[in-house]
Amino acid sequence: MSTDPQTAEAPLGITPSQTIGPFFAYALTPCAYGGSELATGTVAAEGVAGERIRIAGTVYDGDGAPVGDAMLETWQADAQGRYNAVGNAGFTGFGRVETTVEGAFQIETIRPGPVAAPDGTMQAPHLSLSVFARGILTRLTTRIYFEGEAANAADPVLALVPADRRHTLIATREADGSFRFDIHLQGQDETVFFAA
Amino acid sequence: MSLIYPRESLAAHPANASPAYGSTVKRAPSKPLILLPHTLSETTGPVFGHAAVAAGDCDLTRQHVGEPLGERIIVSGRVLDEDGRPVPHTLIEIWQANAGGRYVHVRDQHPAPLDPNFTGAGRALTDAEGRYRFVTVKPGAYPWRNHHNAWRPAHIHFSLFGPSFLSRVITQMYFPGDPLFKYDPIFQSITDAQVRERLVSRFDLATTEPEWALGYQFDIVLRGRNATPVEEPHEH
Repeated sequence: MSTDPQTAEAPLGITPSQTIGPFFAYALTPCAYGGSELATGTVAAEGVAGERIRIAGTVYDGDGAPVGDAMLETWQADAQGRYNAVGNAGFTGFGRVETTVEGAFQIETIRPGPVAAPDGTMQAPHLSLSVFARGILTRLTTRIYFEGEAANAADPVLALVPADRRHTLIATREADGSFRFDIHLQGQDETVFFAA
Repeated sequence: MSLIYPRESLAAHPANASPAYGSTVKRAPSKPLILLPHTLSETTGPVFGHAAVAAGDCDLTRQHVGEPLGERIIVSGRVLDEDGRPVPHTLIEIWQANAGGRYVHVRDQHPAPLDPNFTGAGRALTDAEGRYRFVTVKPGAYPWRNHHNAWRPAHIHFSLFGPSFLSRVITQMYFPGDPLFKYDPIFQSITDAQVRERLVSRFDLATTEPEWALGYQFDIVLRGRNATPVEEPHEH
């Protein structure tokens, strides 16, 4: 194994993924077990600058049955569109939740700002989302966009998604002002997942 | 240093549609994945420091009043990128069954005893050279209901972040020579035998501690290469 990149003839093979399995909670979301949580569904503490939002939803399998043993992780910019900004007390941008037995989850955060795309255009506000669960061997990745966001029309990633599936990436506004984002692993409304 | 994440590397991961593992049948997406450009949203990721890890989190044998039952082991290794460079100060989370093959999780119904002196969860940060070290007990194999007489080979779950959203991975570490490998659809979901071997730890006498614990080495390679292209030799 060479540790000098200038002489490395071929890259090392990456460690392959395996399923998270059904029994991760006491390590990864251990609140109910008395453990300390690395992160929770509260991504932004009170007082963090930005519009406070709640995103709630349910994860469904191909039979439409709730997935009650999934772990979801979210990653997002702050209200100014910055990742890992220094001095942003109460905000890391990272959320982690286990679904309830009913397949439900909830994220309390602030609406992220627009983020630059590699070509210099801007991406519409979005959260990156990872889905882990029993029966998922390799992490699923998707994005959460927001209904009513004018910037969606020019978003370079949404533009890659067939128009008839784009709605699966857009959280809808509920009567109480919160956002709803359901995840369908299969089926007619199967969520768009990405190869990153 | 800026990293790039070649997509070819993703071929190492198992296909989610692996029907021999029954839970995938209703949970694997059926539509093709859409290629996602690597924007700031992908090339950044959460950073965890020492605040995420408490003293003793890396020793799963000392989290209770007494010592757990089972074969005490040391699991150590390095976290590297695809160029073989260490990934320093990155968080590793692990979890596992006890020596009898029973998880603490409330939904684990396997009728093997819980061990009051073993939870089976640990955390560590790699050091400046990408090294980590856990002390634990060897987990037991356990039955599951995937098919008749199905047993999981002994394994420890590993969760790693690395430098970005793209390097994030959850996997399982196995033990060398396990006779259950060929019957396990989760291990076999990785169809390339050489790639599967990357999940098998190596017994290492130098990692053992005499009169105290056996030792296994498990190196983990995360996605990421140096963005600076390597000069290819020219033919003359």
